[in-house]
Amino acid sequence: MTMPYYVAPEQVLKDRAEYAQKGIARGRSLVGTVYDAGVLLVAENHLRTLHKISEIYDRVAFAGVGRYSEYDQLRVAGVRHADTKGYAYSREDVDARSLANVYAQYLNQVFTHEMKPLEVEILVAGLGVDGDAHRLYHIAYDGTIVDEERFIVLGGDAEAISQRFEQVFVPSWSLGEALSACVTCLAGPDRTLGPDILEVGALAEGNGRRAFRRILGEELASLLDASG
Amino acid sequence: MTLPLFPAEQDPGPNFAGMLERSAPWALPLRCSGSGTAPPGAQPAQPAGLAGAVAGTLQVPHGTTIVALRYDSGVVVAGDRRATEGVSIAHRGIEKVFPADRFSAVAIAGAAGPAIDMVRLFQTQLEHYEKVEGSVLSLEGKANQLAQMIRANLTMAMQGLVVIPLFAGWDHRRHQGRIFTYDVTGGRYEETDFHATGSGGRDAKTTIKLGFRDGLTRHQGVELAVEALYQAADEDAATGGPDPVRGIYPIVATVDDSGFERLPDGEVAERFAAVLAHRQPPPDGAGGAGRHGGESRRGDGRATRGRSRPAEGASIDDEAALGGDER
Repeated sequence: MTMPYYVAPEQVLKDRAEYAQKGIARGRSLVGTVYDAGVLLVAENHLRTLHKISEIYDRVAFAGVGRYSEYDQLRVAGVRHADTKGYAYSREDVDARSLANVYAQYLNQVFTHEMKPLEVEILVAGLGVDGDAHRLYHIAYDGTIVDEERFIVLGGDAEAISQRFEQVFVPSWSLGEALSACVTCLAGPDRTLGPDILEVGALAEGNGRRAFRRILGEELASLLDASG
Repeated sequence: MTLPLFPAEQDPGPNFAGMLERSAPWALPLRCSGSGTAPPGAQPAQPAGLAGAVAGTLQVPHGTTIVALRYDSGVVVAGDRRATEGVSIAHRGIEKVFPADRFSAVAIAGAAGPAIDMVRLFQTQLEHYEKVEGSVLSLEGKANQLAQMIRANLTMAMQGLVVIPLFAGWDHRRHQGRIFTYDVTGGRYEETDFHATGSGGRDAKTTIKLGFRDGLTRHQGVELAVEALYQAADEDAATGGPDPVRGIYPIVATVDDSGFERLPDGEVAERFAAVLAHRQPPPDGAGGAGRHGGESRRGDGRATRGRSRPAEGASIDDEAALGGDER
């Protein structure tokens, strides 16, 4: 009679974590920060039509790094969750916190019960209502969730970029200032990032009911030029 | 609520109603028959008897007159504000014209409850598609989507809860405003210039027919829509006219290449005032009452005729003159 191998649970989880981290580290990083009109999301993305940053609902945005197919599946699920809630109850009842929790539960469940963890890290951003603080939720591959009111960095290089960003962060900076800081910190000391490999989205007051918009093309180039 | 995730072979894609059927059937609108794709667990939202009972014994609010017409750079969509239950007024301020998304509008006539449900589902569906797919449906695609929803309502329609929307929007590919009408079976027809439906639709449509010509400006288009609603309210008891006492005015909206825009109530009020001023008899009293055949059709004065209105014969003359000028 053969006995199944015994592997300590600590070892199983450690292996899975390592696997997920490796997958995430292969991708490029992303920064989400608050600025004077809302939340700015900036990613280094060499793909033109496959987005890392997207709209979920009126005042909720999504960003993901890691394996595209996996975080895009999460994005679509988030849109479905939000649209269902907004349709069944009311548009006002859709918020970032509840969505972030659902994501965290799902990622945790996959991490502990499935063979392969998801190789993703995601960010859920919520625009504050009536002067409340904007919220940024960071959800890791294992379902660990953190909420922030200032900024969040996702991706393999997150630690180094976070340290750089901490030094320059100003809570009420303008769109241009925030953007240029994000780009500089994402690039690091040895590189520069042009508008053609940046993906930028903003969740801001003044865009109407749907607060999310992409900052593209000429607008992006001129914002980057203006800030040097 | 958990995260709505589906195995690849059962994924509903950008279909919001299809997704609801699988993940939240409790949120689906009133429907007599479940569609064939519903999983065995999802029961039809309502037993078939209910709509029959509703239509037979209960009065439900009905929306009445809606109009749409094309002008040189877009479309006007307008609707009165009245809902009726039999011969009573159910609501004075109901809204029947809605933005479907940024570049299209949907207006409803028929059973108000299911119609408003349908609009909400349609609006959500268009935005859902846009977010899931990352691209906006074509105007034609939106019109077909609405046809599917009307078709899904067919069983209810057979039992009396008929919903007939009107869909209009700006087509970015053709650079023109387009109008789509429907029948209860979900049949979809494109109108070249204008359409009106609901209980006062016939009167409204005749008014537009007389005043319509190619290349109307936005201002003229709005004026004609307002005139049409005025005429419908004049002839049809179920259609509400402007209500200055309560400050309730029909909804008038336009869709052009800058998107959906609802005219402020103040502006609609001004347009109605202009229509009324146009109908005042000349000061010398030469209104020409009774010299037109219209008077015999209408018989003696209707109880609902406003005191300040001129004799009906005058307005018929005005319209004939208007129509004559245009040809």
